[in-house]
Amino acid sequence: MTNLRHTISDTLVLAWRAAMRIPRAPDLLLAFTVQPVMFVLLFVYVFGGAISTPGFDYVDFLMPGIIVQTMAFGGFVTALGLAEDLKKGLIDRFRSLPMSRAAVLAGRTIADIGTNLISIVIMIVVGVIAGFSFSAPATHVLAGILLLLLFGYAFSWVFAFIGLSSSSPEASQSVGFILIFPLTFVSSAFVPVDSMPSALQAFAEVNPFTTTVEAMRALFLGTPAGNDVWAAVLWSIGIAVFFAVLSVHRYKRATAR
Amino acid sequence: MPIEHAIEAEGLRKSYKDVEALAGVDLAVPPGTVLGLLGPNGAGKTTSVRILTTLLPPDGGRARVAGLDVVKDATELRSRIGLAGQYAAVDENLTGAENLEMVGRLYHLPKGEPRRRAAELLERFDLTEAGDRLVRTYSGGMRRRLDLAAALVAEPPVLFLDEPTTGLDPRSRIGLWETIEGRVAEGTTVMLTTQYLDEADRLADRIAVIDRGRVIAEGTADELKDQVGGERLDITLERDSDAERAISALAPIAGDRPTMSDGLLRMPVRERRGAIAEAVRRLNEAGIGIDDVAMRRPTLDDVFLTLTGHAAEADGEEEGER
Repeated sequence: MTNLRHTISDTLVLAWRAAMRIPRAPDLLLAFTVQPVMFVLLFVYVFGGAISTPGFDYVDFLMPGIIVQTMAFGGFVTALGLAEDLKKGLIDRFRSLPMSRAAVLAGRTIADIGTNLISIVIMIVVGVIAGFSFSAPATHVLAGILLLLLFGYAFSWVFAFIGLSSSSPEASQSVGFILIFPLTFVSSAFVPVDSMPSALQAFAEVNPFTTTVEAMRALFLGTPAGNDVWAAVLWSIGIAVFFAVLSVHRYKRATAR
Repeated sequence: MPIEHAIEAEGLRKSYKDVEALAGVDLAVPPGTVLGLLGPNGAGKTTSVRILTTLLPPDGGRARVAGLDVVKDATELRSRIGLAGQYAAVDENLTGAENLEMVGRLYHLPKGEPRRRAAELLERFDLTEAGDRLVRTYSGGMRRRLDLAAALVAEPPVLFLDEPTTGLDPRSRIGLWETIEGRVAEGTTVMLTTQYLDEADRLADRIAVIDRGRVIAEGTADELKDQVGGERLDITLERDSDAERAISALAPIAGDRPTMSDGLLRMPVRERRGAIAEAVRRLNEAGIGIDDVAMRRPTLDDVFLTLTGHAAEADGEEEGER
């Protein structure tokens, strides 16, 4: 009991600490606000005209996909933060304290949920201004937002692992982008999968990004859901658990470099 | 009944890939004393501290801190130690007070206690004024003081300080030394690693010299100095041309033949008592003028050079001037 209580209180202390970074170093906030907005504008107004999405306005097709992509990258704050903590010896300090071994990671990933929520709100506002409209009941939209947060949380754990495995904060960022960018583009997020060459198509169809983007279209636009929503939930939970186990394992051995 | 040591290590070994960082380290630190672990970069100081603070598992050997095994009782052990590392391990985007409160909460101090301890420590470390400022506005010396304060939040009985003053200006170093001495006076056991010999000389009750993963000598600063050789007289003559005559005049009372270099006559002393008076009398009798006479003991630098065959401090890596 004491253990569980300590784990929860340790995690909350560290989530508070990670969240304090946003108001204290607001330049990081640019990454959550300006960058996604730029992407929406770029795709809607620059590429959108050249991409054919039968049955959809491009902005309606795009928004679920681009929000999913933004969620996947929301965890980069965790990677950056952990890589910095390692470099500055803070991980050594935390590991020498009688605190939970998972709290540093759980605290950071939980703090990401807050920033991801900010991103979702900004993206939806910009999307609506650019012509996006929901065509599904409010409960589905709400469920969609929860799914986005769950998916973002899963990728925070991917980034936690990247942050603990990189040689520097800078490296953690580039590794994250190099690994995750192709995954998001070879999916149905930006273009219909059937417009891709067949080898890529095969990959895109099994890509969890495609599953999650399709689930989001079902929840925001009312397209037929099939198994996509449940599959997306399972993917997210699977990714979160897999990378949480790997990350905690790595954390227990991490020392300053 | 055997003495229960606050820190004891037996045959600690640790390798990273094919590099042997520790090749069998034995240490024993009685409660309430300071052990200085002295060695050059890469000697195994930090690895020793990391094993003793449970950050790294040893490949071989055993170690107990505050009576608890570093592997089997790691979790419990962590509530009995404080660690201040080579880095100022504090969060730049929190204030000084917030940093200390965070550490207090993570030690699971009773409610209200983290805040009280934070205020008390800020006061003691002369950071009360800066306590509500973000740490990123702090100077290097202030960060180090805060880092040490964080290690003291839970008033742990055993304190590990890994090169606590590397990179500090002389004034901050002395301030930090006084704080450490204060903790020891209150009964805290300290293990301190350093590559600064004067730091070990001043703070440590006993010194273990570590080189290439082994403890190559252990004792008080005086014992180590005695190992290297006894005292000597340094004599400055009025005229260097008297050197030969002075050497023959002093030879009968010298432990070894005196030498002359750089205008300084060095005479190993056989018997400390009366050595200065006797030397002066003999030189006077020979009609040789003296500018200055001083009794010198070997420094830890001499010890280090003799023991390891190389100087203690790596070339110019330290930022701080000693």
